Amino acid sequence: MSSTAQLKIFRGDRNGGAMVDYEVPRTPGMVVLDAVHVVQATQAPDLAVRWNCKAGKCGSCSAEVNGKPKLTCMERMDKYPEGTAISIRPMKTFPVIKDLVTDVSWNYAVNKKIPPFKIKEGERKYYQYEADRVQEFRKCIECFLCQNICHVLREHQLKQEFAGPRFLVRVAGLEMHPLDTEDRTELIKDAMGVGFCNITKCCTEVCPESIQITDNAIIPLKERVADRYYDPIRWIARKVFGGNDSRQ
Amino acid sequence: MEQAASSLPPPARFGATDRKDNWWAAPLTVLIALSAFGVYATFRVVQNAWYAIDDTASAHILSPFYSPLIIWDGMPRWLSPGMLILWAPAGFRLTCYYYRKAYYRAFFLDPPACGVGEPRRNNYLGERGILILQNVHRYFLYLALGFIVILTWDVIKAMMWPDGFGVSVATLILLLNTVFLGLYTFSCHSLRHLVGGRIDCFSCAAMGQARHKAWKGVSKLNSSHMRWAWISLFTVMLADFYVWMVSSGVITDFRFF
Repeated sequence: MSSTAQLKIFRGDRNGGAMVDYEVPRTPGMVVLDAVHVVQATQAPDLAVRWNCKAGKCGSCSAEVNGKPKLTCMERMDKYPEGTAISIRPMKTFPVIKDLVTDVSWNYAVNKKIPPFKIKEGERKYYQYEADRVQEFRKCIECFLCQNICHVLREHQLKQEFAGPRFLVRVAGLEMHPLDTEDRTELIKDAMGVGFCNITKCCTEVCPESIQITDNAIIPLKERVADRYYDPIRWIARKVFGGNDSRQ
Repeated sequence: MEQAASSLPPPARFGATDRKDNWWAAPLTVLIALSAFGVYATFRVVQNAWYAIDDTASAHILSPFYSPLIIWDGMPRWLSPGMLILWAPAGFRLTCYYYRKAYYRAFFLDPPACGVGEPRRNNYLGERGILILQNVHRYFLYLALGFIVILTWDVIKAMMWPDGFGVSVATLILLLNTVFLGLYTFSCHSLRHLVGGRIDCFSCAAMGQARHKAWKGVSKLNSSHMRWAWISLFTVMLADFYVWMVSSGVITDFRFF
């Protein structure tokens, strides 16, 4: 006799909804998204779920499984003991469109505020060891799990003031690029609101690409903002010796 | 299909979550550990006694809570030498990026754990507002680097016995403590920024190769910053406790050679 899995899946839209119980057979290698698809195929054809690659690379199938943000296509069902229902909710930070599908368009609006890469004039040569640091940030698949779990956005709803970890990662990738000449320090401090981050590292904990978001992106950006705005010795040095916060 | 009485979003109240794990265990452990350390350190500094093994048959062994020892004639009795120096390492830890995470979660519940509801509060400012002062961390780093030099000198003095070179349990504990405090200090995020993190183009920068190596080295240590933070917190307390026990006559320091 095959075993079964109990699921509680959110059904509803931005006006409200409820957790609905389903039961599906467990199969070897099954992931949470598979179980949702079984529900969709056999019990609830109107169940909305966003997915695409089923390989953990497109970032479409983000949801909250037992309260933790996960890519449902990578979350194996055998992690969860039989006999206990698995709750599957849409990402809390974003408005629900239907069931497990959320409206993440706010992220794209934030992205547009970031000045693009501005390449330096003259010789354009750099080395792999210099590229290593920014290549980590290029692993981001924009699943927005970090945005979802960030308590500044999730609990305090400061979407107007704080850009969120995903975009601090993106701007870190630009700022630390050896050939980029754009200065985004003021943007990071003001429009992106890096000071709202209290570095509690939830973004790092949930990143499916294991990007060290807090240690390698956000804290270095905070230090750069401190160089420019909160370090009196550097301020005096700039006044005496001139120049700006040269990053060379 | 059965409808359960639940709606979205989960109610925004303290502790609200779908998490099934013991999410409260980590913040509770941090709360207890840091509180215990705070109480111990405060007591020892106020106690103003038993902070050095200083008898004529032993090397001079000083508790890290009282190093460097600052005493002058006419010093008020209520003023402990520990009070004069402990604010610096305390400031280094309080403004440390790791400890900030730890105590924001454990003491301020902001958030208590990932994906867990916070106590209701308005006007969240993060590290703007008064907490903008956390940016002073780099200055505490400069002081902490000085303390590593002083504590290293303490270890050397702990090997200088009246009859020549010697090593006791106290010497080894001071050495262990200095090593772990060193690992904690040299894995600091601000140091990582200072030695090379602020550079974008290492191949264009003066001494770029050396600074890149320094940055890589600090980065490697930095990946275990939390581990060094906790181990060094334990070893500094152990070192002080051992000196207290020996200097008060409760135990005898065993000399290996």
